[in-house]
Amino acid sequence: MRDVKVVASSGDLMIAEAFRQIDPDVVAAYPITPQTIIVERFAKFVADGLVHTEYVQVESEHSAMSATIGASAAGARAATATASQGLAFMWEELHVASGMRLPIVMANANRALSAPINIHGDHSDAMGSRDTGWIMLFAENAQEAYDNTILAFKIAEHPEVRLPVMSCLDGFVTSHALERCEINDDQDVKDFVGPNKPQNALLDTDNPVSHGMFANLGNVYMEVKYAERLAMENSLPIIKNIGDEWEQVCGRPFAPINTFGLEDAEKVVVIIGSAAGNFRAKARELRAQGEKVGVIGVRLFRPFPYQELAEALSKAKAVAVLDRADSFGSREAPLCLEVKSALYDAENRPLVRNYVYGLGGADVTMELCQKVFEDLDDLMNNKKPAREVSYVGGRSKE
Amino acid sequence: MAWDISKEPEWTYQELPEGLVAIEAGTSAQYNTGAWRTERPIYDREKCTDCMLCWMHCPDSSVLVADKVMTGIDLFHCKGCGICVEVCRFDALSMMNEEDAKGIGVCEM
Repeated sequence: MRDVKVVASSGDLMIAEAFRQIDPDVVAAYPITPQTIIVERFAKFVADGLVHTEYVQVESEHSAMSATIGASAAGARAATATASQGLAFMWEELHVASGMRLPIVMANANRALSAPINIHGDHSDAMGSRDTGWIMLFAENAQEAYDNTILAFKIAEHPEVRLPVMSCLDGFVTSHALERCEINDDQDVKDFVGPNKPQNALLDTDNPVSHGMFANLGNVYMEVKYAERLAMENSLPIIKNIGDEWEQVCGRPFAPINTFGLEDAEKVVVIIGSAAGNFRAKARELRAQGEKVGVIGVRLFRPFPYQELAEALSKAKAVAVLDRADSFGSREAPLCLEVKSALYDAENRPLVRNYVYGLGGADVTMELCQKVFEDLDDLMNNKKPAREVSYVGGRSKE
Repeated sequence: MAWDISKEPEWTYQELPEGLVAIEAGTSAQYNTGAWRTERPIYDREKCTDCMLCWMHCPDSSVLVADKVMTGIDLFHCKGCGICVEVCRFDALSMMNEEDAKGIGVCEM
């Protein structure tokens, strides 16, 4: 391992650094809060000649993803970044990217969706795209945003994966706040990701191909989608291996779920993103008082690590699943659906309670964390909550 | 891998190329878009002046020409849109229902 630079940096700046080190052939992007700093800083790297990237200033996110798809099909290593309405505007192209099996990498600075308009962090944007065939990594902090983005290129381009990867980070809390971060040596990152090895490239004129085929008849569409399902399922061990390889380089471990206190925890919080740290701080405090509590931070959401989660919860008695997005009309919010699905076939099936928190950047206070752990005591004492899904941290007090 | 379209009905997720890429050029020529047709253009050689208006306008390149002379319609690809009939200034083309047109002397590919 060569030199590691320790800096005060934000998630957005760290992703821009990862993009600079990896030097994609094409980046096509449109600025949107809270992703702007990624593309702003990367545009500076392009202007300063630090990368060879063709930077395409597009007129919308719809075009950003379209241009990225075109570049990737042409054989380029292509990346982009977006957030919120921008991701929503890309929606139809997200399916095109995965259906065409293009190894695109996109950073997404998670932000609430209109209406009402709100620029702060929640997971509504990413959760809306969870069925679009993208591998989805969520960062808890700026360091993970950097690591996930480096991993994303290697995962996406793995010959047995060949799926687009979304590297998500919480808007503002992770995208803008400064933290202590480690930036690995440029050459270490380049060596780890390796050279771009395009498959079926449109620009390979000696081997002409067509992309974006018609599959209207004879159930071909079913077969293509089944291949996509298998690629997604089979990517889980590959993602873990690539994470282990990166740990060999940087010393920072990767796991689909980050666990804390799970060796003996009876009351466990399962959560995605930056607020896992808040709950870990509270859990540390409660454990010092002798309480058996734990926290699981989900870092890989697609493919979802069902087995890893069920094993981590094998000793749990009561589980609080905290969602930073809702699924209206569903009995539970997105993460809770996955957690319950993971537990259905498990030997130990703890009681589960679902919360929606932090929508539109609502604060995740220590009091909120305390309340959730206290609620789990009630649940263990057979005291049922009034509602299947509780909203916590808003103005109403239930 | 060379494509053998005749085997296509047997292809599963294992044989189909990743992302359904067509890994050979020009394979759309093998696709029978003529099957979509409900009406077909009927060509009258007597009235045709070989002006090439229909050849220029056909969106599926289905007007067949040899040595600057129109020789017929490629019914394997013609979708029966009728644009050739619209643009013809000499009444050399007209549309006919497929039901009634079977076997009428137009050039198949």
